Amino acid sequence: MNDATMNNALMSNVKTTTKADVMTESKISAKNVQVFYGEKHAIKDVNIEIRPRSVTAFIGPSGCGKSTFLRCINRMNDTIDICRVEGDIAIDGENVYDPKVDPVQLRAKVGMVFQKPNPFPKTIYENVAYGPRIHGLARKKSEMDEIVATSLQKAGLWNEVKDRLDAPGTGLSGGQQQRLCIARAVAVSPEVILMDEPCSALDPIATAKVEELIHELRENYTIVIVTHSMQQAARVSQRTAMFHLGELVEEDDTDKMFTNPNDQRTQDYIMGRFG
Amino acid sequence: MSAGILIVVILGIAVLGFILGRQRALSLAARDNVKLHSLPGYYGHSVALFAAVPAFLLMIAWLFIQPILIETGVSRMIPDSVIPDGGARSLVMADVHRIADGLDVLAEKGGLSEEELSRMRADFTNVRSRLAEVGVAVGSDIPVPVLDAAREYRDAKHLGSSLMVFAVLVVSIVFAAIAYSRVRPEMRARNVSESFIKALLMGSSLVAILTTFGIVASLLFESIHFFQMYPAKDFFFSLTWNPQFRGGSDLGIIPLLWGTIYVSFVALLFAVPVGLMIAIYLAEYAGKTVRSLAKPAIEILAGIPTIVYGLFALITVGPFLRDWLAQPLGLGNSSSSVLTAGLVMGIMLIPFVSSLSDDIINAVPQSLRDGSYGLGATQSETIKQVIMPAALPGVVGAILLAASRAIGETMIVVMGAGAAARMDLNPLEAMTTVTVKIVSQLTGDTEFASPETLVAFALGLTLFVFTLCLNVLALVIVRKYREQYD
Amino acid sequence: MTDATATLSNNNVRQVGGSLLVLDERTKKRNAAEARFRRMGQIAVMIGVLALIGLLASILSNGLSSFQQTYIAVDIHLDAAKLDKSGNRNPDEIAKVTTFGYMPLIQEAIKKKMAAEGISIDGLNAKAAAELISKEAPATLRNYVLSHIDAIGTTVPFKLLASGRIDGYYKGRVTMASAELDKNVSPEQLKLADELKQAGILTTAFNWDFFTAPDASDTRPEAAGLGVAILGSAYMMLIVLVLSLPIGVAASIYLEEFAPQNRLTDLIEVNIANLAAVPSIVFGILGLAVFINYAGLPQSAPIVGGLVLTLMTLPTIIIATRAALKAVPPSIRDAALGVGASKMQSIFHHVLPLAMPGILTGTIIGLAQALGETAPLLLIGMVAFVREYPAAPPEGFFDPASALPVQVYNWTQRGDPAFVERASGAIIVLLVFLVMMNLIAIILRRRFERRW
Repeated sequence: MNDATMNNALMSNVKTTTKADVMTESKISAKNVQVFYGEKHAIKDVNIEIRPRSVTAFIGPSGCGKSTFLRCINRMNDTIDICRVEGDIAIDGENVYDPKVDPVQLRAKVGMVFQKPNPFPKTIYENVAYGPRIHGLARKKSEMDEIVATSLQKAGLWNEVKDRLDAPGTGLSGGQQQRLCIARAVAVSPEVILMDEPCSALDPIATAKVEELIHELRENYTIVIVTHSMQQAARVSQRTAMFHLGELVEEDDTDKMFTNPNDQRTQDYIMGRFG
Repeated sequence: MSAGILIVVILGIAVLGFILGRQRALSLAARDNVKLHSLPGYYGHSVALFAAVPAFLLMIAWLFIQPILIETGVSRMIPDSVIPDGGARSLVMADVHRIADGLDVLAEKGGLSEEELSRMRADFTNVRSRLAEVGVAVGSDIPVPVLDAAREYRDAKHLGSSLMVFAVLVVSIVFAAIAYSRVRPEMRARNVSESFIKALLMGSSLVAILTTFGIVASLLFESIHFFQMYPAKDFFFSLTWNPQFRGGSDLGIIPLLWGTIYVSFVALLFAVPVGLMIAIYLAEYAGKTVRSLAKPAIEILAGIPTIVYGLFALITVGPFLRDWLAQPLGLGNSSSSVLTAGLVMGIMLIPFVSSLSDDIINAVPQSLRDGSYGLGATQSETIKQVIMPAALPGVVGAILLAASRAIGETMIVVMGAGAAARMDLNPLEAMTTVTVKIVSQLTGDTEFASPETLVAFALGLTLFVFTLCLNVLALVIVRKYREQYD
Repeated sequence: MTDATATLSNNNVRQVGGSLLVLDERTKKRNAAEARFRRMGQIAVMIGVLALIGLLASILSNGLSSFQQTYIAVDIHLDAAKLDKSGNRNPDEIAKVTTFGYMPLIQEAIKKKMAAEGISIDGLNAKAAAELISKEAPATLRNYVLSHIDAIGTTVPFKLLASGRIDGYYKGRVTMASAELDKNVSPEQLKLADELKQAGILTTAFNWDFFTAPDASDTRPEAAGLGVAILGSAYMMLIVLVLSLPIGVAASIYLEEFAPQNRLTDLIEVNIANLAAVPSIVFGILGLAVFINYAGLPQSAPIVGGLVLTLMTLPTIIIATRAALKAVPPSIRDAALGVGASKMQSIFHHVLPLAMPGILTGTIIGLAQALGETAPLLLIGMVAFVREYPAAPPEGFFDPASALPVQVYNWTQRGDPAFVERASGAIIVLLVFLVMMNLIAIILRRRFERRW
């Protein structure tokens, strides 16, 4: 199922310009993914390879299934009763929908940042320490302090909050809250970070900061970002995948997608003709 | 004329006013060939409202004020000499009321004419035995001034009610006539009747304030009476509760408060964890079917009257705990106990805690859950570390409301906790509560104006203040919480 | 972004371990904790449901038997020599014969019956045999004779109540062993009862009297019924409905549609919220102090109970009505105002009718609460022993009466265990009323509920 040949065979299904290094390196590989919401067929047969330590952007009009697909990767859709997922999504070759996989363990490996900043109604410190605490990543207080500090530094928030770690996380500005949520996700040391329109609730300056942060995080993490903004996708991502009506229209290098897409629908969407 | 007939008469005047007012408007409009400002019915309304509402208001006011005036007037007639030592004027006034009622009965059943009644003299006629004949018992022989006062009281009451009937009828007719004469086609009848109705609507909403006022006034008034007879210091700090029929009672509230708090504590100890877990399970875990079955079942518990719980405590839980817990452990022999009342009250409180907490847990935004699940938290970790802290203020509010219920609950403790005022730690002993004693002191045969009875009002006041504080606190907390997520 | 992010590495902190397909120890432990927590939730729900079942089972098992009653059929010769000595059938003279005068007739009748059936029990005299019949029977007989003067001198078949202990014997409350220790009944009497049952003289039948008869004294639980209590409760509910519905709706309309944002409105709102949570017994104190002591209304009267319960029910009705009014969308109001209706007209013609199902549902639920309320009624004297039916309204509102829940309490305070059965039976009646009211409320809500 998850051997290289299968992956290669898979890749040939997707109409992309294939490069040698892509073929050999893939962090997440989805194969024949179908998602149903009750009767509604929300995702139709999606196949995609996501490369490690890079940013992949999912674009497409509203309701095209890009967020739904994103939430399949760390099985967040499990919390919705009527949602059913078919097909395989493998991380490092291990299918996350294997019955043996515990979503709890999976989500520690695949962190997530949401559309609206959702800090817990706790202190800034506790917000970041929450994940490491439930996963038992720190044996003592000093270790936890270090994790919190490192994570906040990685999220570029340390200098702004280091003097008020005991202040409530909900008291920060929107952009700070979102970076706190990123720090919270980073604190568990995930390998993949999923971002579901992380800037849609932020002003342009906060957005710029988060985008810069995404750029830096790319060195250590595999990032998948859903975005409504074509410009954002162009700015932050190396690869872009275009979704439409639950289907993956095409997936390619971002540069290529925005200059010379293969599919007419991508062309139309990028030119602003729908969506 | 009785109040009932008076009401009917006024309503009759109002109906008549409606018909006449409407006709007058129509006929005037037809005569002058002008258009009515409002629909003809509104002209009728305005007359009817003017006929009925001021008259009724006068009647209500009269019914409230007349007793005060007569009471103070008659009370002044009683010389200090006839007030027994250590007794109170109010005791004598109670006699006056009773004798006056008795005289009424004598006039009605005994066939005595008014003249005979007024000739009746306390020093010659044995009024007491004559009253006893018609079933009115008076404690002791009646002194002359008391009988006079009773007669005066009775006369004043009769005069008062006659005057009231007259005044109310006059007001009704005069106002109806004025309103009738003002009926003109160009009169803005709709506006008149609507502002009248608006005033009525507002008046209705004032009933809430009046009720609170009535509660506070009646509690305060009689409590002050009580504290004039019994030192407040002893009431609040004495450790014994031992009412006697013939004075010299110990009326310390502390043993009762102890029982109240102990029973409420046991009840909350049972209801809070169970109710909270039910709320959590139904809000976070249960599937549709379980939820649709269990939620109404739990809510039925809230609709069952407390007397049912009381009976349950009395015939089932009490004997069960006695036979299976208290006696084998040698901890007591009583079927009514703190544990009995506490457990049953706990069952009663489960739905209060669970349905309020359920609402509150559901009000926690989904994004917080997502945030937690996204970090790889399990559901229980999310509930314990994210949802509950977020919902805590609301849940605390719910618990405070439940506590206020527990403290004010009466029937379960009356039937389950016992009547012995005791300060003990053993939950299998019978103890008693504030509410139990309010019931027992006010339903006994003791004289109303004695401290043993009036203490119930002081107890009631304490209870009211306690629950009021809890309620206000809970309301404030819950409101704050709601605002946070709205 | 001046933080030295790039230099930081991940290596110095522990990481969630390797393969997704292998559960690490910690995850196993966490999952176990999860399962434990979930089970706690299930147990809690179970406790709640079991409590409900236990409560209902206890009441039903104790109370259902009160709907059956044991009767003894005897033919009683209404002896003219005893009932009408002068023989002129003058009702006033016949009325002078007290219930004691009727005792011998019953004794005679049962003796004859036993002889006719050939039943005899050793060590049981005629007086003891007659004790099988309720102490209420002479009164029943006397009432019959007073209303059927012509029947004197004839023999009339009667179905008389068996005494409480005999009734209890067939309901499992009294046994041969308990009768040994009981001075009110002997094992011989129970044996006689068995014989009579065999002969078809002693029978069990549906207990209609339970719903219609008035309360009875301590010594004759078999005759106690709910008639006065049901009537008293009905009177009170009538008063509550007539007063609280208009006042509650008027207050809600004012608060929801007209009230300006000011101190007074706030005060009213706070008051309503508070009154909803004031302990019911405090309302009883209010009733005692204001309606009875101050206004001079009679004790134990439905009018006082009705007034007190009205004040208690108002907050419930106001809260429900305001919710119902709020649920009517503003577009309806705008539409009415748009065609030139006044605000009052738009409310009374459009908003109120649309809100009516919600208001009625709230009212019924409020009434159901009021019907089960006990504590305040104790304080206004409704615990009194009342055997007389109150007159028809409106005078009846001022007559002494009982109320269903208070009757229950009253019976639990009596010594004879047969009253426990009666009390539980009365609870069943009360619960049936409550279930019916709630069903009506649910049906109303289902039928007329609108989603805007």
